[in-house]
Amino acid sequence: MSTFLSNLISGVSLGSVYAIIALGYTMVYGIAKMLNFAHGDVIMIGAYMCFVMMFNLNTPAFVGVLIAMAVCTLLGITIERLAYKPLRQATSLSVLITAIGMSYFLQNLAQLIWGANPKSFKSVIPSGGLSLMGGSLKISYVTIVTIIASVLIMVVLTLFVNHTKMGKAMRCVSEDRGAAELMGVNVDLTITVTFAIGSALAAIAAVLMCSAYPTLKPTTGSMPGIKAFTAAVFGGIGSIPGAMLGGILLGVIEILGKAYVSSELGDAFVFAVLILVLLVKPTGLLGKKIHEKV
Amino acid sequence: MKKSSNTLRKITKTYFPCLLVTAMFIICQIMITTNAMPRTTKSMLVPVCVYIVMAVSLNLTVGISGELSLGHAGFMSIGAFSGVVIATYTREVFGFSEPAQLLSALVIGGIMAGIMGVIIGIPVLRLRGDYLAIVTLAFGEIIRNILNCIYISLDGNKLHFAFNNNDIPGTQILRGPTGVTSVEKIASFLAGFLLVLFTLLVVINLIHSRSGRAIMAVRDNRIAAESVGINVTGFKLLAFVTSAFLAGMGGALFGLNYASLTPANFSFNASILILVYVVLGGIGNITGSVIAAAVLYILPEELRGFADYRMLAYAIVLIAVMLITNNARIKAFVNSIFKKNKAKGGEQA
Repeated sequence: MSTFLSNLISGVSLGSVYAIIALGYTMVYGIAKMLNFAHGDVIMIGAYMCFVMMFNLNTPAFVGVLIAMAVCTLLGITIERLAYKPLRQATSLSVLITAIGMSYFLQNLAQLIWGANPKSFKSVIPSGGLSLMGGSLKISYVTIVTIIASVLIMVVLTLFVNHTKMGKAMRCVSEDRGAAELMGVNVDLTITVTFAIGSALAAIAAVLMCSAYPTLKPTTGSMPGIKAFTAAVFGGIGSIPGAMLGGILLGVIEILGKAYVSSELGDAFVFAVLILVLLVKPTGLLGKKIHEKV
Repeated sequence: MKKSSNTLRKITKTYFPCLLVTAMFIICQIMITTNAMPRTTKSMLVPVCVYIVMAVSLNLTVGISGELSLGHAGFMSIGAFSGVVIATYTREVFGFSEPAQLLSALVIGGIMAGIMGVIIGIPVLRLRGDYLAIVTLAFGEIIRNILNCIYISLDGNKLHFAFNNNDIPGTQILRGPTGVTSVEKIASFLAGFLLVLFTLLVVINLIHSRSGRAIMAVRDNRIAAESVGINVTGFKLLAFVTSAFLAGMGGALFGLNYASLTPANFSFNASILILVYVVLGGIGNITGSVIAAAVLYILPEELRGFADYRMLAYAIVLIAVMLITNNARIKAFVNSIFKKNKAKGGEQA
């Protein structure tokens, strides 16, 4: 029982990281209608920035996290302005290839700067943890902080999207870009802000992920990126609560699948569940139904 | 007389990629016989053929059928590993000669990938757009994960299969995450060329057939196509399975060109690489796929002089090409030149 609980909790924790990354994917998709494949690599850059601040410049952890967030936000805005903005009118495939090119670019840049050898990241959160149920269930502080952070982010983001002017603009643009533009919404600014928020969240996810799984390579971001993207689709791409739900479910399925089915087939299990869900609900768990007009 | 020259022109236009590939093959052969080709380039000939096959077959799914697939390397891997197993089996058990081994590997590799295409296609083709893309990505990853757990060995005349368990009798051919090792390299440039030609003929004939027009009608307007009685799922499946079959054949040739191969060679990045060839060559443009696959495969290899900056340069080229080809001003400029030429041509005629 306690093993199951501890697996479940680490699943929720991993899922929370996926959820934070998936928020970035889902917001960008909802508003700019593009798959930002470079998002996973923004995570990697965030992790490296935090690493550099904490271990090369010996700053306290919170400074490292803040700098990582600032750098990622700037990076997100720069990528959007340089590579994606000129392609607003282009086909979705051209944008996809540009995003892939950006992803290659960031990975190779990181490899040039920091080398291909993995670096060991030291957790920004004190080690140790809580002992529950007479010591049979241990929950590390990293897990607790991850879960709390993701819940906080979720609440703040929901409030932001539903109760601020910018949030309203985002919802307008995601519903109908042309109409929003006619109503005086600054579409370019809205998209840039979306990228900024998504990238800042990526930095937080990066620090949390590397605190739990402390190896850092130029390709660190790609697999979590793909899985978070899967999570966003799983929950219904474009939907913020969907990304949260999808992320957490995906993390739980992955950890439980690895623990009880087969450790080699954990990833296959995740993707198989995704396919089954999409076959039953083709727009994801919380996705809107698409009405087809003839 | 005029009529026959028109037909000839039409045929030349339709089968232009085949002519191009044949010309390229002849030039390469001349360079090989006169020793004008560097060794490094020579070793790239078979992979170039394989990637042309992959790009053309993916173009059938992405360009002609209009479905974004991100799992093409999955089919390639199925073809590669089943091809290696079949080549070893036919050599050890039936004592086949090399060309016969290669042929049986290509056919079986293609069929295995085609079967997988049917299994994947039936549920997946109900989905649309980005959902279809993510599910093909998921299938590619599942195939790779499962291949990581499959062990196949040859014991006398019997093939043994095992899942997640390397305790099987005989000499092991496929060993889970280690993949295949010490494969006899029987792939040749001639075989690669013939496979490219076969792929082009299949794809071009399909496009210009009744089925091909139906597939494109479904791509352009699914509802309109359905309303004139076209079986939407059937034709989508036809394109998808043909594409998977050709990818499996390409994979088999690829597998028999290297001494060792692991499932990790066919990751998501491999699928993306093929998609890049298709998009840069022009979606739906077969000649474009052929040229893009050849140039973009050779380019990073030739950029080795840049050493560490090689992939960085590749990424920048990729982004720059996308930005330039989608720039409205440059597009208008190109169009104006193109129109002028056309107008001139009109006057002459």
